[in-house]
Amino acid sequence: MGYQFTKAEANALFQQWKERYDVYAPMLMKGEGCFSDTDIVRYGQPDTLEDIEWAKKSDYSFKEVLLSINQTLFYFTEDKTIVPNPPKKEILIFLRACDMHALTRLDDVYLKNGFEDIYYRQVREMTHFVLMGCTQSCETGFCVSMGTNKADTYDGYVKLDGETVLMDLPMAELAEGAKAEELAVTPDYVTENFEKVTLPKNLTNECFTDDIWKEFGSRCIACGRCNFACPTCTCYTMQDIFYNDNPKNGERRRVWASCQVDGYTVIAGGYDCRKNQSDRMRFKVLHKISDHEKRFGHTMCVGCGRCEAICPEYISYITLINRLAEKEG
Amino acid sequence: MKNEYIPQLSTVREVIKHTALEYTFRMEFDHAEIVKPGQFFEISLPKYGEAPISVSGIGADTVDFTIRRVGKVTNEIFENYVGDKLFIRGPYGNGFDIENYKGKELVVIAGGTGLSPIKGVVDYFAAHTDENISTTLIAGFKDPDSVLFRDDFKFWKENINVIQSVDRAPEDYTGPVGMVTKYIPDLKFTDISNASFICVGPPIMIKFVVKAILELGVKEEQIWVSHERKMCCGLGKCGHCRVGSTYICLDGPVFNYVDGKKLID
Ligand code: SF4
Ligand code: SF4
Ligand code: FES
Repeated sequence: MGYQFTKAEANALFQQWKERYDVYAPMLMKGEGCFSDTDIVRYGQPDTLEDIEWAKKSDYSFKEVLLSINQTLFYFTEDKTIVPNPPKKEILIFLRACDMHALTRLDDVYLKNGFEDIYYRQVREMTHFVLMGCTQSCETGFCVSMGTNKADTYDGYVKLDGETVLMDLPMAELAEGAKAEELAVTPDYVTENFEKVTLPKNLTNECFTDDIWKEFGSRCIACGRCNFACPTCTCYTMQDIFYNDNPKNGERRRVWASCQVDGYTVIAGGYDCRKNQSDRMRFKVLHKISDHEKRFGHTMCVGCGRCEAICPEYISYITLINRLAEKEG
Repeated sequence: MKNEYIPQLSTVREVIKHTALEYTFRMEFDHAEIVKPGQFFEISLPKYGEAPISVSGIGADTVDFTIRRVGKVTNEIFENYVGDKLFIRGPYGNGFDIENYKGKELVVIAGGTGLSPIKGVVDYFAAHTDENISTTLIAGFKDPDSVLFRDDFKFWKENINVIQSVDRAPEDYTGPVGMVTKYIPDLKFTDISNASFICVGPPIMIKFVVKAILELGVKEEQIWVSHERKMCCGLGKCGHCRVGSTYICLDGPVFNYVDGKKLID
């Protein structure tokens, strides 16, 4: 059901949401960027609709709400384990179309690959999604090439339009108490990006020996930002923490991991299965555009362009993919 | 819904010291009947974290894990945990399917702790010599002091063909010396098309052993390999074990070489 509100009415409804949900949305954080005096857009908890960054795409994605960077799985003593309580309050996440598609990729790994992950399942079931439309393409995104420019599985849609606010609220709980003019609202989406990507279609193990991996990989400084910014990267490493005052007690955590960073593939005894950055680059890119698809039927990459924008070495993922496609002819 | 990350506390029944560095921990496990050789558990070593360890033996209500001490801290823990408890979770992975090797001329080639994952297979055919045509074990160790499973070797030598070799040895050593690959060209078969090979060890060893086996004129589908990778979760989630579209922890670690050869890191 679509609605048209004044800003004040919409904010009143937003306050209602905030009582019921922990609301997360992209926000402009001043001076917190990677370089001094730069700003960053990342997820936070806005007080009003105006606190949300509507124009710029977030540098880091919504995934940190569902999969925290550093999550305690359980506490342990010598002979017991204690699992922390699951979140009590439901969650509302504001995100864009590409990210709605990224959510299905997180589901692939955490719900459909072997056992279900109970921590993800619990928070996922308590989370609802509000779509932010796109009236114009972001700089580095290529959602149109990836078919992720439109999303229709949202629980709510919100658009700030001058002094009015348009909403579509298919989830009844979000519309509770909404007094406004009802009308049809359909989300904005882009039909063209600045960046266009053609995926190579016939990739085989033969491409492993291509010089292209060295060309791009040798510039990589293994900082891992491309993975941390990507809404579909899901890897983590287990970490045990012991308390200084009681070394027999501690907690087991999982922390985000990056396939570009040293140590990712080191097995007991110190042997590293994937040692150089060229191979790591190949591993990452092929996962995004082909290996995940072989297992789950759609590419992992949703074309959000975050990895392209965040790389401190200006390694262009987009150029790399297009070059691979060109080589195929 | 079950929380797969929560390990269970398991009592150490027995500790078997093979070398100064490698011990087998015999741990209580109520569901030992579901465990297959080649599967692995995640074992929590305090202050060390979780580590994927292959099952090196399966008892009525116990499973064995052969663990290598990795440094000062674990040395200490090794001593302290004798007769105590450890957290474990598993079993994970596909493991070896004994049925694949029944009625065959089976050759098992393993290096060092690579013996752990296939020990259950060797145990089985050493105890059931009538269920296949022959079993040959070629086991390689770094030097005479690094030999694992000495008691098991005694039993195996009575029942199956065993070549126990060391890479290097002092001059007065009388046993076989040389890499495991050295013995492969001399293997004798009544019908080589009915032979099966299992190879377990570090990636570099697998590479050379498989090459030597193929030179015998054996087909790729007659060879089975078990892959070792970093496995943080064992649950298809952490990503560390993935190679291409394959998750070693879910789809492996045991692969027929026809599939195994496509796994390129
Ligand atoms: S690989 Fe890059 S473009 Fe694709 S989803 Fe991840 S961050 Fe976005
Ligand atoms: S962001 Fe760039 S430099 Fe950093 S790991 Fe990714 S590709 Fe390498
Ligand atoms: S060990 Fe974590 S995904 Fe395989």
